[in-house]
Amino acid sequence: MSQVHDHGRGGPPVIGPGHTYASVTDKISSIVLARRTPLFWLLGFFVSFLLTMVLLGAVGYLFAKGVGIWGVNQPIGWGFAIINFVWWIGIGHAGTLISAILLLLRQEWRTSINRFAEAMTLFAVACAALFPVLHLGRPWLAYWLLPYPNTMALWPQWRSPLVWDVFAVSTYASVSLLFWFVGLIPDLATLRDRAKRKGFQIFYGMLAMGWRGSALHWYRYETAYLLLAGLATPLVISVHTVVSFDFTVGIIPGWHSTIFPPYFVAGAIYAGFAMVLLLAIPLRKVYGLEDFITMRHLQNMAKILLATGLIVGYGYVIEAFMAWYSANPYEGYMIGNRMRGPYAPIYWSLMLCNIVTPQLLWLKRVRSSPPALFGIALVVSIGMWLERFVIVVTSLHRDFLPSSWGMYYPTIWDWATFAGTIGLFLALLFLFIRFLPMISIFEMRTLVPEAGPLAMQPIPEHSVAGEEG
Amino acid sequence: MSSNPIHLPRIYGLLAEFERPEELVEAARSARGAGYRKMDAYTPFPIHGLSDALGFRGTKLPLVVLAGGLIGCATALGMQWFSATIHYPLNVGGRPLASWPSFVPITFELTVLFAAVSAVLGMLGMNGLPMPYHPVFNAPRFAFASRDRFFLCIEAGDPMYDEGKIRAFFADLGAKEIVAVEE
Repeated sequence: MSQVHDHGRGGPPVIGPGHTYASVTDKISSIVLARRTPLFWLLGFFVSFLLTMVLLGAVGYLFAKGVGIWGVNQPIGWGFAIINFVWWIGIGHAGTLISAILLLLRQEWRTSINRFAEAMTLFAVACAALFPVLHLGRPWLAYWLLPYPNTMALWPQWRSPLVWDVFAVSTYASVSLLFWFVGLIPDLATLRDRAKRKGFQIFYGMLAMGWRGSALHWYRYETAYLLLAGLATPLVISVHTVVSFDFTVGIIPGWHSTIFPPYFVAGAIYAGFAMVLLLAIPLRKVYGLEDFITMRHLQNMAKILLATGLIVGYGYVIEAFMAWYSANPYEGYMIGNRMRGPYAPIYWSLMLCNIVTPQLLWLKRVRSSPPALFGIALVVSIGMWLERFVIVVTSLHRDFLPSSWGMYYPTIWDWATFAGTIGLFLALLFLFIRFLPMISIFEMRTLVPEAGPLAMQPIPEHSVAGEEG
Repeated sequence: MSSNPIHLPRIYGLLAEFERPEELVEAARSARGAGYRKMDAYTPFPIHGLSDALGFRGTKLPLVVLAGGLIGCATALGMQWFSATIHYPLNVGGRPLASWPSFVPITFELTVLFAAVSAVLGMLGMNGLPMPYHPVFNAPRFAFASRDRFFLCIEAGDPMYDEGKIRAFFADLGAKEIVAVEE
């Protein structure tokens, strides 16, 4: 840890010049403690709240009528619900990846983006978790998914990836929530100490639980945080792996493949970083946070986007190659049908969005331009949604028996539910940036020049070396 | 305290404020060198070497997390094994009932879940949080401990506690402000 602060190494610094503990604290906490709610916040929240009401309407109608209002039917029994589930849960991967894996890798640039990336994770997982419940047919019996002593003397089927999914997603949601909350505790104490209004003092005071920054507390806190990061790291990898098992365990052509777990995980990180960029670029602009979320962050995220995009591209190529190399007629037909069948435009748009577009990121000029990055991130997000559409729909719509082939057309209710979850996601995010610090204040303090080498970087050295007695 | 002729609030300790983390670590080291034992420091971010300077000897938290993880692992494996072989055996084409490879994902998930919950509850529990009241909050400038100031408190419970001596000691160390904290 001789060189904790690599300001200037490899491009722009991770924090703007001239900042002190006080300026960092005041800048970030003032966003939350400001009396006036900015106009764009009210507008943005209003629009996303309206969309959330669309979700409420779509779900209400679904509960009244059943899944028949959606476009799903034989042979495509998995439609938008699964596409959106996989899309959202993929987006939810970047947060924990940034906070856990980049922490263990000592990437100090993660500091200013981890908090809102974790919040984004939680909200994306919340949106994702809605879909499996909604598509149950009898959603009021969703608790049957859990093992509990019941008068039917029944248990979940432990050999089914769908049951694994219940455990993987609920564990991921719980651990992400814990990680996020533990990270917030010292900042909640800062807000408690800086709030002027009694109500806010009580609100943040309750949440901070009496945190007083004691050195012994910090010591255990850092140990707990490091252990949580270590636990969350394999968890991130496991969640999308288990999601991919939902497909690979089935013998449907296009699903039954061993490339799925790594390719799903890479796709999830790809989609997640695209969403972090989509959120970070406007946020740093409107709140004037360019000193904290610098070009360094955007460039690094662009590089991760490029790298994971290449892995995803490799997955697509291997899928096509194995279809040919395996000499399995059904696999061969599946890939030909994707390329030339009724859904071919979607397949080729997916290739354009996910493989061709991100190649622009090789150019430094593109990586240094926030509008260009925003555009590419948007295209990648759409591409990842199309990828799930291609995987779910084109594999199911023509499998082994031509007499049972069919087409899938989403209905207005499918679209309303999808748009509604985007509204829910944004509404939660707007509430988060108004009421909680969107950048980790205490970790930013360790980055300012005056902190020097004593500021403990995310990984305390003594915890790595073992505890001396 | 009972010898006080008039009723005075009990003193929790003497709190010194520093502007820079290096000063605080130096002060903590000197205080420990001078023989003070019951003390704590309050800082806006974790500081390298401070817990060593205060003489803190490591934490058992990793063991708590390990125990939590093992309990989660045993719970998951036990639950799946019990239901699949004893309580609800399901013969699928004559395959073994205790099909452990398919029990692995849930076992992994519950191990991580239990370990993570133990890490958080263990950390909070060992730190004695939530704690709605603590005397140091009575110090007028203590709110800066969560912004940009560094505090060292020698508590009245220390056997060597002597307010006058400690005041002089803190002043020598370059403390900006020294206050007695009321209980």
